[in-house]
Amino acid sequence: MKPTIVLEAHDLAIAAVLIGLDGVISLVFGLGLHKQLAVAAARMVLQLLLIGVILTKVFAIAAPPVTLLVILVMVAIGGREVAVRPEQRLVNWGNYAVGGAAVAFATGVTSILALTTALRPEPWYEARYAIPLAGIVLGNVLNAASLALDTLLGSVVREKAAIEAQLCLGATSRQAMGRLLRSAMRRGLLPVVNSMSASGVVTLPGIMTGQILAGIDPMEAVKYQILLMFLLSGGAGLSAVAVVFLAARRLTDGRHRLRLDRLVGSNSS
Amino acid sequence: MTARLRTAALRSRLAGPFDLEVAAGECIAITGASGSGKSLLLRMIADLDPNEGEVFLDGVARSSMAPPAWRRKVAYAAAESGWWEDLVAPHFPDLAAARAFAPRLDLKPELFDGHVLRLSTGEKQRLALLRLLLPGPPVLLLDEPTGALDEGSQGKVEEILRERLAGGCAIVLVTHDPGQAGRLGRRHFVMAERRLHPA
Repeated sequence: MKPTIVLEAHDLAIAAVLIGLDGVISLVFGLGLHKQLAVAAARMVLQLLLIGVILTKVFAIAAPPVTLLVILVMVAIGGREVAVRPEQRLVNWGNYAVGGAAVAFATGVTSILALTTALRPEPWYEARYAIPLAGIVLGNVLNAASLALDTLLGSVVREKAAIEAQLCLGATSRQAMGRLLRSAMRRGLLPVVNSMSASGVVTLPGIMTGQILAGIDPMEAVKYQILLMFLLSGGAGLSAVAVVFLAARRLTDGRHRLRLDRLVGSNSS
Repeated sequence: MTARLRTAALRSRLAGPFDLEVAAGECIAITGASGSGKSLLLRMIADLDPNEGEVFLDGVARSSMAPPAWRRKVAYAAAESGWWEDLVAPHFPDLAAARAFAPRLDLKPELFDGHVLRLSTGEKQRLALLRLLLPGPPVLLLDEPTGALDEGSQGKVEEILRERLAGGCAIVLVTHDPGQAGRLGRRHFVMAERRLHPA
């Protein structure tokens, strides 16, 4: 392996100037994003440092219960992110239940499939493989679920009259919601389609770039990336479908009603 | 003789209880201030909002029917019409029948070839009513059916409703127009504080 470039703290500090530039852009154009940017950047740095420390420890321990716990915590945080994005909230912590279940399901299925078939570390639940893999799958799953849920909850409120008009003409709730369910799932899947088509042409995927920068042979990095892209698109599809159907179940009831009373608008996030 | 439509202790957290009987061929008119609960009553009968109590159609309990089947028979037209496709035509399963009926509501048949976005509020209201009337439901729950219409179109709608009544249809009509309530309604109720009172 080629000697890799080791980053020092001041190298990172120089790059951080670019975040400052984003802040200036926000101020100049009145985007109102500078506070959010600063918080997000600070969170990113702290979270990554923390995970670095934790991963070092967990890899050293390499005990299955610890690995599982770390993944569950990651899934819980991912589920929360899905829950808080939409402007609309399902009552009784519905967004959390729906987001958490969809994220856990999609991440679990996709990661276990990859670990037991394509990657096959020994044992398959080896922390050094399971945790990073679950992490990258989770990131995509979260994105798809979040977009799909936000789209669905926003559109049912906007399209209330259209949905109820169909119900009044004798449609089932599934028929009346069908178009909205499909467009929410589509919305969740678009980023993964985009990132696959742009891969290697418009963008060099982050993981692959990271591996190449760290000195790995480009062809090896490419094979990894192809595997990951398949995993990510599968995970995105599963989570978009899961989140849409779970949310739709809460938005309707056995008497084929549209239950917008189970939705509260939220501007306090 | 059983009433065509009967509600028994129909209520929700928001309104009621309502005990109402409408005979075949009868129209009852409901007036009342905005927010008094008129639309809530119609929505409860159509089973669009959670509710308790029972509704009977020709003596058959609503709870014994699947909601889609119930709503095809007890047809509710909301004050605001709903559209789910870009074009007008796909909203009409029987397009030929819709085109044939359209002139009776002062609607040009070529409207069906256009976009929903190009329709006026009045055209939308009449097309939504047409969509609801075509299958010939035995009960009509109408929420301000002529709210957006000029006098000419309003007269045409009322004429058609009178025909439906003559054919045995039962109508629950919510209206702001006391004149319309008098012209169509055999009985007249006023909704106040989410209860019905005979006028």
